[in-house]
Amino acid sequence: RKPLSPVSAAMDAASSLMGGPSSADAPTDGEHRMGTTIVGVCYAGGVVLAADSRTSTGMYVANRASDKISQLTDNVYVCRSGSAADTQVISDYVRYFLHQHTIQLGQPATVKVASNLVRLLAYQNKSMLQAGMIVGGWDKYEGGQIYSVPLGGTILRQPFAIGGSGSSYLYGLMDHEWKEGMTQEEAEKFVVKVVSLAIARDGASGGVVRTVTINEEGVKRSFHPGDKLPLWHEEMEPQNSLLDILAAGSSDAMVQ
Amino acid sequence: FFSKIPSVPRLSSNVQLQLLSWNPYVTGNSVIAMKYKDGVIMACDTGASYGSTLRYKSVERIKEVGKHSLIGGSGEFSDFQEILRYLDELTLNDHMWDDGNSLGPKEIHAYLTRVMYNRRNKFDPLWNSLVLGGVKKGPKGDEKYLGMVNMIGTHFEENHIATGFGNHMAIPILRGEWREDMTFEEAVKLIEKCLLVLLYRDRSSINKFQIAKITTEGSTIYPPYALKTNWGFAAFENPSKGAVGTW
Repeated sequence: RKPLSPVSAAMDAASSLMGGPSSADAPTDGEHRMGTTIVGVCYAGGVVLAADSRTSTGMYVANRASDKISQLTDNVYVCRSGSAADTQVISDYVRYFLHQHTIQLGQPATVKVASNLVRLLAYQNKSMLQAGMIVGGWDKYEGGQIYSVPLGGTILRQPFAIGGSGSSYLYGLMDHEWKEGMTQEEAEKFVVKVVSLAIARDGASGGVVRTVTINEEGVKRSFHPGDKLPLWHEEMEPQNSLLDILAAGSSDAMVQ
Repeated sequence: FFSKIPSVPRLSSNVQLQLLSWNPYVTGNSVIAMKYKDGVIMACDTGASYGSTLRYKSVERIKEVGKHSLIGGSGEFSDFQEILRYLDELTLNDHMWDDGNSLGPKEIHAYLTRVMYNRRNKFDPLWNSLVLGGVKKGPKGDEKYLGMVNMIGTHFEENHIATGFGNHMAIPILRGEWREDMTFEEAVKLIEKCLLVLLYRDRSSINKFQIAKITTEGSTIYPPYALKTNWGFAAFENPSKGAVGTW
């Protein structure tokens, strides 16, 4: 594993170290990785989690509509990035533990407990896992909370968190545009904008933007299809065909 | 990339070692500390890097341990968090003895040394450099203590300690300017001189610091703050003035 570029391990891993599959034969043999952009933000009253939907094996997009936001309990969800298999297994174990914990506790698990279970698995198996996760949820004690559990198993509570290979393109943006105490609508719009900007520049992120909003009332899942996302620099309005453009007699059509 | 389940016959010996130990991901920067008249002062920045990205910028890397000590950690942050859990357990058990005694900095340092060295022997280190400082009443009155232990188990006591880049940038300053019985104000000024040098010259440092002190009265971890930097040198503004055409 390369020490200094863990975030882009998704693409580098295929060509690093011992005789594993190279990018050349990755489409059939490569491990499924979620290049990914994942985001979690707190707003006044809860949290919004967001993610792209691209799962790649090497250069091939194995799933263009994956769901990277998984449920752990009624009130806690987790965004997954890194190895698809690793994060699925971690989610499954934590869901199982939390189910039992909830029964024994007699009330919904707190976000802190859920995040610490994720941390335990990530930390104790750190040499074998490549999983970067963002846990978010709402409980009656602390309200909306976001916990970051990056590679290695560190746990950090944050007002907002970003992760995955696409997050590299978002550090500056978040530094500039993040503000505390957004409304639910502002927060949902913000995360969709942010993830779609990362998708625009990160080859390992793409597809649709999925969001999950969690607050006292409950959970709301949203789906923002790729063709409904805002357009950025050098991106063009999608058309059905060139023929439509020509038929419209637009002077934009280049003529030699 | 390499298989995650080590299979002994298939892999060469140095890869086996790589699988047994690993690389750090989220790392904290230098910690510097020194003894002064009333006790021990410790400082670090509040950043944790992820490779070359300055990923987390509000991280507390100095914590209180029991009644008599402070611990500062650099290196892999998840391991530092785990060490804090071990220390919680240690101090809880100590408290439950309810015998009027409590573990002092020397004892905590010894415990940490054992933990770090034994992990190193199993090729599964806790990837940290830890600074342990404190004050406790001893047979000769209030005894100040300052020591460090790192991931391979190297440990020692000294009047001034630094980890990471601090070893190269701060220790020379401390060796030249540290004196016995500095006042708190003098100590802070010297520490800030070292923090500034690290800010200028350590690529992974950030301009947000925490200073902590521990005395017989107890410990104080001050809120984070930033330092002013100086860029007002004529030579900075116009580097090629005296040598036109230079790079």
